[in-house]
Amino acid sequence: MNQSGGRERSSLGWLTLIAAVLGGSAAAFAYTAGWLAPERLTPDRMIAALTPPSGPPLGHRRNHAKGICFTGMFEASGNGVELSRAKVFVQGRYPVLGRFNLGTADPNAVDATVRVRGMGLQISAADGEEWRMAMINPPFFAVSTPEAFHDLLVAAGKKDPEAMKTFTRANPEFAAFAAWAKAAPWTGSYAEEPYNSLNSFVFTNAKGDEHAVRWSLVPMAEPAAISQAELERRGPDFLEQEITDRVRSAPQRWTMVTTVADPGDPTADPSRPWPENRRKVQVGTLVVQRIEPERDGPCRDVNFDPTVLPQGIRVSDDPFPAARSSVYRKSYDLRAAEARDYPRNEAAKP
Amino acid sequence: MSNVPHRFAPIQRLLHWLMAFCIIAMLFIGVGMVSTVAPKYLPLILIHKTLGVALLVLVLVRLALRLHFGAPPLPADLPPAMKLGARLSHLLLYGLMIVMPLLGLGMLWSAAYPVVLYGGIQIPALLPQSDQAHTLLWNAHVYLGLAFFALVLLHLAAALFHALIRRDGVFATISPLPQRERMKPTE
Repeated sequence: MNQSGGRERSSLGWLTLIAAVLGGSAAAFAYTAGWLAPERLTPDRMIAALTPPSGPPLGHRRNHAKGICFTGMFEASGNGVELSRAKVFVQGRYPVLGRFNLGTADPNAVDATVRVRGMGLQISAADGEEWRMAMINPPFFAVSTPEAFHDLLVAAGKKDPEAMKTFTRANPEFAAFAAWAKAAPWTGSYAEEPYNSLNSFVFTNAKGDEHAVRWSLVPMAEPAAISQAELERRGPDFLEQEITDRVRSAPQRWTMVTTVADPGDPTADPSRPWPENRRKVQVGTLVVQRIEPERDGPCRDVNFDPTVLPQGIRVSDDPFPAARSSVYRKSYDLRAAEARDYPRNEAAKP
Repeated sequence: MSNVPHRFAPIQRLLHWLMAFCIIAMLFIGVGMVSTVAPKYLPLILIHKTLGVALLVLVLVRLALRLHFGAPPLPADLPPAMKLGARLSHLLLYGLMIVMPLLGLGMLWSAAYPVVLYGGIQIPALLPQSDQAHTLLWNAHVYLGLAFFALVLLHLAAALFHALIRRDGVFATISPLPQRERMKPTE
C-alpha cells in the first residue's frame, strides 16, 4: 500500500465529513428560520395580508392605524386582589396611557367606514411594572385561530366575491361576527363604546390560585345609537374631535369588569363568548383625563403588545396573544424604520 | 517555557462548552422566534432574553479567565495565515459574544419594551425610546447574529480541521475529554 496515498484518501474522507457537518448545520438553521418553509405563517405574511392594495401605511401601525392618544388614571377598587396578585389591582390610583383607534390599515380612513373600534391601554404600577393591552368593541372575535384571521384578511382583500363565501364555509364561526357587524348599532363617540379583551388570560392570586379570565371596559357614558349615514355626515374625523371636546369638558370613565371562566369554558377560542351568568368582578375604573393628537402624543411610540403583563397575569391557551405580540413587534420595527414617513410635528403650523 | 499551559484551564474548557451550547441555541431560537406567530413565540422570546443576559455575564467571566490564565500557544508549524485567521476569528467571537446581548437589550429599551426575564426579573432601561436607535440596534442585532452563525460554522470547521486532518493538538487544548497519552509518532 502507498501510505501517503492512503493518508490523502482519509483526508478527503474527513474533509467530506466536515463539509457535511457544515452543510447540515446551515440547512438546520435555514429550516429553523423558515427560509425553506414558505407556507409557515410568519409575522411578515400576516403583515402582508394586512397591507391594503394601495400599499402599507408607512410610518404607521400596520393595523388600527388611525388613532388618538389619551392619558389618565386607573382607579383600582381592590376587588381584583382575590383574582390576581398584580400590583395594579391593589386599591389605589395608577397612571395610564392609551390610544383610541379604528380597526383599519388606513391612518386617514373616514370614521364611518370602519366597523371595529379599539383601545390600547398601558397601566403602570409604582415600580414601573407595566400591563399593556389592546381591546376592541365587538363582543367576540371574528375567527377562532390566527391562521383563520390571516385567511380572512386574504379573502377580504380579493375582488372575487366567491372568496369570502369560500372563507365562511371553511370558518363558520365568522357568521356570528358578520351578523354583529351588520346589526350592531353604531355610536358617535369613542366614550360610548365597550372595549373587550376577547382573549383569555390567566390570573394568579397571592395564594397561587389560578383563574382563566376575560375583561371588558364598560363605558359609564350612555351609548346613543346613530346611523352610519349620520356618522358620515358629521365628518371624516368626527370621533377624534368628539372625544377631544368631551374629555375637555369632563373626564370619561369605564368600569373594568373581569369575567371568570367556569371549568370547561372555551378559553382558547375568542370567537366563542362565555355564558352570561359567569362570575363578574369589578376590578376598577379607567378615567380618561386628557386627549392628545397621536403625532407627538405619548401613545405614538408605544406598542400595545398584549403580552406585556405584570406578575400575576399570564397568557392562557388562547393562541392569539402570542400571534399578536409577534405581529405587533414586526409592525413596530417597520414603522420605527419608516419614522421619516410619519407626519410628525406638522401640527406646528399656526 | 514550562509556564506555558498545554491546555486551557478546566474552568475555561467548561465555560467554552457551556457557552457554545447556549450560543448555538440562542442563534437557532433567534431566527426561529422571529419567523413564527405560534404560541411557542412567547416562551422562545423569554428564553432568548434570559439566556442572552446570562451569556453576557458569562462572557465577562470568561474574558477575565482568559486574561488571567492565557491560552496555549498555537503549533509552531501552523502557517502564518492560519495563525492570523485563528487570532482574528477568536477576537471576533469574543466581540460578538459581548456585543450581541448589549444590542439585544438596547433594541428592546429603545422600543420602550419592558425587559422582563424568566422569574419576573426586570432589567431597568438604560436608553430612552428612539425610532432611529431602535432601527439601528435591531438591524445590527439581526445581521451580526447571522454573521455570528457563519463565524460559529467557521470555528467548527477549523476545530474539525485541527482534530481530524492536521491532528496537531489544537483541539486537545479545549477538548472536554481528559487528555489521552500523547500519541507516539507512527513508524
